[in-house]
Amino acid sequence: MADAERIPGFDTLAIHAGAKPDPTTGARATPIYQTASYVFDDVDHAASLFGLQAFGNIYTRIGNPTCAVLEERVAALEGGTAGLAVASGHAAQVLVMQALLMPGDEFIASRKLYGGSINQFNHAFKSFGWNVVWADPDDISSFERAVTPKTKAIFVESIANPGGTVTDLEPIGAIARKAGVPFIVDNTLATPYLCKPIDFGADIVVHSLTKFLGGHGNSIGGIIIDAGTFNWSRDKKYPMLCEPRPEYAGIVLHETFGNFAFAIACRVLGLRDLGPALSPFNAFLISTGIETLPLRMQRHCDNALAVADFLSTHPNVAWVSYGGLAGDKYHGLAKKYVPKGCGAVMTVGLKGGYDAGVKLVSNVKLFSHLANIGDTKSLIIHPASTTHRQLSDEQKTKAGAGPDVVRLSIGIEDKADIIADLDQGLRA
Amino acid sequence: MNHDSYPDTYIRGILNTVKTVAMVGFSPNTTRPSYFVFKYLLERGFKVIPINPGQAGKEFLGQTCYAALNDVPEPIDMVDIFRASEHVMPIVEDALKLQPKPQVIWTQLTVRNDEAAAVAEAAGLKVVMNRCPKIEYGRLSSEISWMGINSRTLSNKRAQNLGGGFQRMGLGEAGGKKND
Repeated sequence: MADAERIPGFDTLAIHAGAKPDPTTGARATPIYQTASYVFDDVDHAASLFGLQAFGNIYTRIGNPTCAVLEERVAALEGGTAGLAVASGHAAQVLVMQALLMPGDEFIASRKLYGGSINQFNHAFKSFGWNVVWADPDDISSFERAVTPKTKAIFVESIANPGGTVTDLEPIGAIARKAGVPFIVDNTLATPYLCKPIDFGADIVVHSLTKFLGGHGNSIGGIIIDAGTFNWSRDKKYPMLCEPRPEYAGIVLHETFGNFAFAIACRVLGLRDLGPALSPFNAFLISTGIETLPLRMQRHCDNALAVADFLSTHPNVAWVSYGGLAGDKYHGLAKKYVPKGCGAVMTVGLKGGYDAGVKLVSNVKLFSHLANIGDTKSLIIHPASTTHRQLSDEQKTKAGAGPDVVRLSIGIEDKADIIADLDQGLRA
Repeated sequence: MNHDSYPDTYIRGILNTVKTVAMVGFSPNTTRPSYFVFKYLLERGFKVIPINPGQAGKEFLGQTCYAALNDVPEPIDMVDIFRASEHVMPIVEDALKLQPKPQVIWTQLTVRNDEAAAVAEAAGLKVVMNRCPKIEYGRLSSEISWMGINSRTLSNKRAQNLGGGFQRMGLGEAGGKKND
């Protein structure tokens, strides 16, 4: 840039971060490096790469130039030091916890999470000996009470799926700091356009890229962002970061890589050995999607607020849970953490209960009935009969997904068409 | 100089200017950060002279190791310090006795001594603290972006390939223009 010290704005970073013209061809769009592997310059270069002594590409399971553009872009948007893109949001959570926890350790998680994460933490993670301890984001002290000597991390969602509720990040981050553990924030529903969790104390940010960042419902992906804020060596609690690694002849990752050591650990230990690599083609589609994130996200929020306003006075609707609504329980937190809008996802309680939910998803004509959020298209699902089906009734209600609840992800179509479709669906 | 935050032009200017780097606190252990930096800077065309009293006289990657800065028989442009912060002042004092004086004192990640920095700056030297020249070179050449690191740089120009292989980038732009 002409003025080298100017700090670029968010919209500029969304387009340019990570994506200089291709060094080999000058291609201005990011090329899709659809290759499994990369030729070494010579034997010594190969040895340097494998020993982590040189920056570069070895094998696409460990790194890929197209994926790297995406990683740097999201790291820049979140204000982090580095990123690691992986095959899905779930894979991102596996790699983060694998870097932090040993069997028998604990992590504290908010009860208000995406149902898939609740399942992953309750079942798959427990089979690895990583024990989740649930806390209630409506009672911040429940996080503090859950801390034990075995606690290795605290995990929350910034805007929680599905209810459009906003988590009070700052005091939970303070509890994590006091406990000497990293604060992990899943920022999928907010995206960095609406909220940058690192500004509120997050040490690690994770995303499902499948949702608003990619934005078009065409690619599964996830990402881990290292805030560069956590001191991994202080309490010697994280052997992957602060002890000599036998995988690399005794390298200590924190002392070698400083404030991006966590992202490197997730790459060279987690991704290398567990293997959930992102396809370069998916990385290309997601990076392209991110270029329009600021435009799309504002439209998502504006449409969602109009829909929430409409539904909150609809005769067949009992309640609307959306932090963007003036009377909502979470509106104060929304004003603090997501002042530009509260995202596109909300839950709606139907007066007709479970049957009315099933009927609405059948009656809509514009909304697509499917298990996803964060598409340009408006989406609808009845969690009790789908995403949250495996949870007990108590867990469903605690997760904001009781039998009368329908979840909406408001797209960027004309808002009048979105509202008309819901109205006819509710009245049919 | 504000040692909390360095402009990219400052760092780039230093890395584009210095040619001979003396590395105080060099470790011959190939998994230590100092060895990483030693090897990397050599591969990027710098002359790097290891300094370690316990290894004096030995050669590492073809470079003779010396016991102290004043044993080095050639001019030094930059002193790169891999020692704890409290050991920096005597090293700066040794550096300032060299003829000619070096242009730059650089201390590695976590190493910072503001008093020593003030002494070096008063003598006309540039100072960089709590940074790694390998990371800064990788950041400003775009090499580090391959690892998903936030380089905090944007550009509408191609990065410069140094030649001698595909994955070695320089600090200028393609076509040979040297930035700053």
